[in-house]
Amino acid sequence: MSQQETFLKIQNLFKKFGDFTALQDVSLEVYEGEFVCFLGPSGCGKTTLLRAIAGLDIQTSGHIEQDGRDISALPPSERDFGIVFQSYALFPNLTILKNVSYGLENVKMPKAAIDARVTELLELVGLNDQGIKYPAQLSGGQQQRVALARAMAMSPGLLLLDEPLSALDARVRVHLRHEIKDLQRTLGVTTIMVTHDQEEALTMADRIVVMNDGVIEQIGTPEEIYSNPASAFVADFIGTMNFIPGKVSGTGSVLVGGASLNCKTDGFKEGDSVVVAIRPEDVNAQDMNEGDENIIELDVKYLEFLGSFYRADLGGDVLSGHELYADFSVNLVRRKNIEIGSKLPVRFPAQFIQLYSES
Amino acid sequence: MTDTVSTTITTSPAAPIRPTLSRDDIIMRLSMGAIAIFLIFAIILPLYTMLSKSFENKAGDFIGLQNFAEYFSTPALFLSIFNSLEISIIATFIVLITAFIYGYALTRSCIPLKRFFRLVSLVPLLTPSLLGGISLVYWFGNQGVAKGLLMGEKIYGPIGITIGSSYWVFPHVLMIVITALSITDARLYEAAESLRTSKLKTFFTVTLPGCKYGLISAGFVAFTLIFTDFGVPKVIGGNYNMLATDIYKQVIGQQNFQMGAVVSVVLLIPAIIAFTVDRIVQRKQVALLSARAVPYTPKSDMMRDTVLFLFCLIVAIIILGMVGMAQYAALVKFWPYNLTLTLDNYNFDVMDGGGWDAYYNSIRMGLYTAFFGTIVIFFGAYLVEKGRGFGAGRTALHMIAIIPLAVPGMVLGLAYIFFFNNPANPFNFIYGTMAILVLASVTHFYTVSHLTAVTALKQMDPEFESVSQSLKTPFYKTFSRVTVPVCMPAIFDVSIYLFMNAMTTVSAVVFIYASDTTLASIAVLNMDDAGDIAPAAAMALMIAYTCLAARGIHAVITWQLHKKTQAWRAR
Ligand SMILES: Nc1ncnc2c1ncn2[C@@H]1O[C@H](COP(=O)(O)OP(=O)(O)OP(=O)(O)O)[C@@H](O)[C@H]1O
Ligand SMILES: [Mg+2]
Repeated sequence: MSQQETFLKIQNLFKKFGDFTALQDVSLEVYEGEFVCFLGPSGCGKTTLLRAIAGLDIQTSGHIEQDGRDISALPPSERDFGIVFQSYALFPNLTILKNVSYGLENVKMPKAAIDARVTELLELVGLNDQGIKYPAQLSGGQQQRVALARAMAMSPGLLLLDEPLSALDARVRVHLRHEIKDLQRTLGVTTIMVTHDQEEALTMADRIVVMNDGVIEQIGTPEEIYSNPASAFVADFIGTMNFIPGKVSGTGSVLVGGASLNCKTDGFKEGDSVVVAIRPEDVNAQDMNEGDENIIELDVKYLEFLGSFYRADLGGDVLSGHELYADFSVNLVRRKNIEIGSKLPVRFPAQFIQLYSES
Repeated sequence: MTDTVSTTITTSPAAPIRPTLSRDDIIMRLSMGAIAIFLIFAIILPLYTMLSKSFENKAGDFIGLQNFAEYFSTPALFLSIFNSLEISIIATFIVLITAFIYGYALTRSCIPLKRFFRLVSLVPLLTPSLLGGISLVYWFGNQGVAKGLLMGEKIYGPIGITIGSSYWVFPHVLMIVITALSITDARLYEAAESLRTSKLKTFFTVTLPGCKYGLISAGFVAFTLIFTDFGVPKVIGGNYNMLATDIYKQVIGQQNFQMGAVVSVVLLIPAIIAFTVDRIVQRKQVALLSARAVPYTPKSDMMRDTVLFLFCLIVAIIILGMVGMAQYAALVKFWPYNLTLTLDNYNFDVMDGGGWDAYYNSIRMGLYTAFFGTIVIFFGAYLVEKGRGFGAGRTALHMIAIIPLAVPGMVLGLAYIFFFNNPANPFNFIYGTMAILVLASVTHFYTVSHLTAVTALKQMDPEFESVSQSLKTPFYKTFSRVTVPVCMPAIFDVSIYLFMNAMTTVSAVVFIYASDTTLASIAVLNMDDAGDIAPAAAMALMIAYTCLAARGIHAVITWQLHKKTQAWRAR
C-alpha cells in the first residue's frame, strides 16, 4: 500500500465550536482511487471532518492537501470534489436532467457537450429514461442515484458521501451499496463516505477510519479493524466482543478469574489490570488435543438459536461470575450434544485474544 | 500496518486557518452589508433621532428630562396614558372573548356556514381603521339610526373608541386564536372522554390550557394594536384624549415636535413591553407545537352548535352591519334627510382631501411597497437564513428586522420627519416624495413579512447551498433558479400582505405625505375631519374594493401557480 500515491493529506486538524472541540488533532492520508469510510457513533465528528475536507465548514486549525495542493483555506468553489448528502438535496423544481447539468451549465460548456455528459451520467446510474421527471416523482433510491450523478457531473477528483444510504430502507440500501461501490471502481474516483453503519463500512471500504469523540481511534482495512482492533472502543464498536477483566500474570500470560490464559502481553507488565477480549466466533469448542493451551471447562448457561448458528452464554466458577458469548455452528451443537446445563471444554486461541488497558 | 493514531500530548493548536473568501463570499457579504445599511437607515437611525429629540428643546439644545417633566406636570397630557390604558385593556378583553368563542365555533364545533363566517371575519382587514369609527357615527352618532340604544350616552368618546377598536382588531386576534385552537392534540380529548370527564371540566382542564399561550399572545397583539391605533380615536374619540391622537395634535395642531417625541416615547414603552412578553410567550407556544399532535375532529352536539351558531351569526351581522352602513351612507344623497341613492359622494375631486388622485397615489404606493418591499424583505430573509459568514451580523440583522413590529406607525412617521427632514441627511431628497411613503410602509410592515419569508426558507434543505457551492455555482444563481421558485407561494403572500397594509395604513404615513402624494387613507381622514363623512366612507370603501380585487388576483395567481408546479411539489 505504501507505493500508492497519497491523494489527500490531512494534518493535525482541529475544529472548535465555541468551547466544544469537535475534531482533535486528526491526521490521515487517503490514497488515490481509494474508498475510505469514516465510521463512528453519532456525534463523533464524522460530518465535521467531511465538511472540513469540502471547505463547507473550514477547520479551526490544521492543514489539508489535495493532489499536492494546499486547500486548507480555500472556499468550496475552489476545491475539487463532488458531494452527496443524506437528504439528497436535489433541487425540487428542476427536472432530473437539469439537476444533473446544474454545475455544467456554469462552466461555459457547449450545450451539446452538456447533453452528452448528462446522458452518459444518467446511463451510468441506470436512470436514462427518467430525465424529464422531477425529483418528487422518483423513489428514494432513484433520487440518491441522481444525487450521485450530479456529484460526478464535473468529474471531480474526490467524491464525498455523507451517510448517503441511511434514509433508505434496508433492501434498497444493500442494493445501492453494491452500485456505489461498482461505480466508484469503474470511475476510479477517490471516495470518502461517512457512515455509522459498521456493516456498510466493512463491505464497502478499502480502509476504514474509526472515530470517537473527535479523535481517530484506528485506521485500517476492514480485516485489520475487525481482527486487530486497536482499542477497546474499536473492538466494541465493530462486531461483537467479549470483555472480561483480568490481570497480567507474567510475560505471555494473563489471569482471568481462576484460569490462566496464554496470549501476547506486549505493552503490559506483570500485575497490570487489563480487559481481556475475544470475539464469540473465536471461542473454539472443537479440534482440541490433549495438552493444547488455553482450554477451560465452562458451563453452558443459555443457548440461543440465531438461524445459521447458536450463541452460547458460557460461565462458571473458574471465571468468578463473569460470562461470555461463544458462537457455535448448528452442526457442532448437534454433534457435541451441547445444551443448557452441559459442561463444555472450550479453547481460547492465543492469537485471537486481545488485551486492553482498563479505562 | 494498522496505524493507531496515538493521542500525543495535545500539540499546541497551530495557527488558526483564515478561510480565503471567494468572489461569491464577497458578493454575499456586500449584499448583507447593503441590507444592514438599509435597515439601519430605515429604522435604527430614525428611532434614535426621535429619541434624542425628546431630550432637546425647540432650538435643538440638550435639556435632559425637562420635556418629560413638563409632560408629566400637564394633566391634559399625561392623563391620556390612563385613558389609553383603560380603553386598550377593556377592548382587549372584549375582542379576546369574542374572538375566542368565534374561533372555538369555527374549529371545535359542527356549525354550518363555517367558510362564510371565516370570510366575514376578515372584512375589517380591508379598510383603514377609520372606517369603524365612521360607521359608528352613522349608527350611533348625533343623527344615528340606533342612537336610542345608547340610552343617552354619547358614542363620541370611550364607548365609540372601544367598539371601533374591537371591530378592526377582531380579525388579527381571531387568526391567532384559530391557530392556537387548531394545534391542540386530539388525544388529550380522547383521554378526557375515557376518564368520563364532564364537558365543562374538559374545557377548563384541556381546551383552555392547550391554547393558553395563543390567547396570551393574541391578548398582547390586541393590546398593542389598540393602544397605538390612531384611526378610531381620531374619528370617534370626540375630545377624549388618547396617546396616539395626542401625538397628532402636538405635531399637526401645535407644531410642537419635541412634545410629539415625548408622547411617542411614552407610547413606545408599553408597546415594547407587550412585544417583548409576547415574543417570550410565543417561544413557549412553538415548543408545544413541535410535539406531534393528532388533529381534532369535532363531533356534533345540538345544543352547543346552536348556541355557537347564533353567536357567530350575531358577530357576522355586526361586522357586515358596520361596512354595510358605511356603504349605504356613502350612497345616499344627504344623511339622514334625503335618502335617495346617488354616486355623488364618489365625486372626490370636488372635495378637499386629495380627490381621485389620492386614490391612484394609494394604488401606486401599494404596488411599489409590494414590489420593492417583497424584494428587499425576501432577499434580506434569505441572507439571514441561508447566508454564510458574519454569523453574529446575521443574528443582528434578524433582530433589527423584528423591531418594526414594536414600533407604532405614528412613532415611525414622526421619527421619519426628524430624520429625513434634516437637510444634513444625504437622503433628505426623498422627503415629501412617494419614496418616503414607500419606505415607511415597507419598514412598518417589515417584521411579519420577514418572518413569513424566514419560515418558508427554513423549510428548504440547508444543503442546497452546499451543493451549489460544490458545483461552483454562485449563490445568486441558486437563489434565482431554486430558492425563489420554491418559495413563490410565500413571496406572493408577502406581497399581498404588503399591498393591503400599505393601502389601509394611516398612522405610518399621516406625518409624511405631501400635497402631491396624498393617499386614499389620508383622504378619508381629512374628509372626515372636514365633515364630509359620506365621501370619507365612500373613499374607505374604494380602498376595500381595491383590497378585495387584489385578494382575488392573488387567489387566481396562487391557484395557477399551484397547478403549474404541482408536478414537483407533489408528495
Ligand atoms: N455548527 C455546530 N455548532 C456547534 N456544535 C456542532 C456544530 N456542528 C456539529 N457540532 C457538534 O460537533 C459534534 C460532531 O458533529 P458531527 O455532525 O460531525 O457528528 P457526526 O459524527 O456526523 O454524527 P451523526 O452520525 O449524528 O451525523 C457533535 O457533538 C455536534 O453536536
Ligand atoms: Mg453526520
